[in-house]
Amino acid sequence: MSHSDNSIPQLFEQTLSGERRSLGKLLSIIEKGGEPADDVAGLAHQKAGNTHVIGITGAPGSGKSTLTGRLIENISKIGKKPAVLAVDPSSPLTGGAILGDRIRMDDLAGEGSFIRSMATRGHSGGLALAVPAAIQLFDAAQYNPVIIETVGVGQVEVDVAGTADTTVVVVTPGMGDAVQANKAGLLEVADIFVVNKSDRPGANDTRRDLDLMLDLGHLSGLEEKTGYRPPIIMANSLEGEGAEEILTAIESHASHLAESGSFQIRQEQRTLMEIQNRLELLIGSVSKDALQSESGKLIISEVLDRSISPSEAAKSIASSIIKDFT
Amino acid sequence: MSDQQYRVILAKLGLDGHDRGIKVVARILRDAGMEVIYLGLRQTTASIIAAAEEEDADAIGLSMHNAGHLTLGPKMMEAISDAGLKIPLIIGGIVPDEDIAELEKIGIAAILGPGASAEEVAATVRDAISARD
Repeated sequence: MSHSDNSIPQLFEQTLSGERRSLGKLLSIIEKGGEPADDVAGLAHQKAGNTHVIGITGAPGSGKSTLTGRLIENISKIGKKPAVLAVDPSSPLTGGAILGDRIRMDDLAGEGSFIRSMATRGHSGGLALAVPAAIQLFDAAQYNPVIIETVGVGQVEVDVAGTADTTVVVVTPGMGDAVQANKAGLLEVADIFVVNKSDRPGANDTRRDLDLMLDLGHLSGLEEKTGYRPPIIMANSLEGEGAEEILTAIESHASHLAESGSFQIRQEQRTLMEIQNRLELLIGSVSKDALQSESGKLIISEVLDRSISPSEAAKSIASSIIKDFT
Repeated sequence: MSDQQYRVILAKLGLDGHDRGIKVVARILRDAGMEVIYLGLRQTTASIIAAAEEEDADAIGLSMHNAGHLTLGPKMMEAISDAGLKIPLIIGGIVPDEDIAELEKIGIAAILGPGASAEEVAATVRDAISARD
């Protein structure tokens, strides 16, 4: 669809006044990337900073979408307007995607809620810019909380824990024993654990394994350092069991963040990361241009006939780029 | 490439549980490089419109195997125009030949029946979208 009939500032104004379709269009602009996306992100950034960002992560099939559906159902009930950004992988072969998260949420979503599916698409690092920008746009449009739902950490270029104020890790029975639970990674970033499908055999074992793992954090001093022990909540999202407890745990975590000053620290880290991501992309594209330029080709040929080394070539190109910037 | 990244809503409208076909279509469109927002069973015109707005969809595809196309087709068209959306509606499934003209008359962009090839399905959706651009 053509966006030519609506300028970005116009769409943004309409979004602030609650027009859902304008918000939908701006999210598409953010997804496409480039200058227009930067413009939207810039506008959103000015108005953002008020929402609580919840990350929901876990293995495929662990029930993240269904759980998210239950959360927005309960959040809507208390009169809040939640937004969901559901990130799913694109096919690396065709660039296509089947985005099926809504199917688990639509029936439960209240009037004021907003759900957007986002495919990871191919472009490198694009998602690392699009996700924070989309969150800030929801934030500017006064959606609160904003839930970002995606499979495991790092897998799809989205560092949920780096993006969210509160990270909820969803696990299911039968995923492995206590040794697995002690492996660093997914479990380390959890602010809240949810053992979903709690009606399945082994659910209590999973809970015990997680508990033991957290006990070790107590012994090792990790718990003292953070002043926080992630709660473990049993849930059966199909039946809606556990959703209220999870929301209460999210609230307690939010107050822990506020009281301990961690909220400020996380905000700063997130800002730093966003700038760094943008910086790396910017430098990446400039260096690509530099390599393809005439002088770049000359340097490459010098490396090829072994008169300079690849590292000397890189340094030489870097210094010419820096000259261009200053 | 990203300019051509079409986003298509696929849904079953009303009481119709035959979802084998729509799942095949979802896969065909995915493999043709489109992003498919799959809504599944028992949708209403309102839920489809809400999803189309939130997802900034380029097209809506309905699967119909319950002989409801002559009532639900026009209802969906009406909902699309009431919402002021300018995106094509495509119907797939079991539609008797004699009903096709009537559906086309009310502005349904295309009707895909059994036996349509994967290429045909993808091309029909792509053409319907580019015709509106």
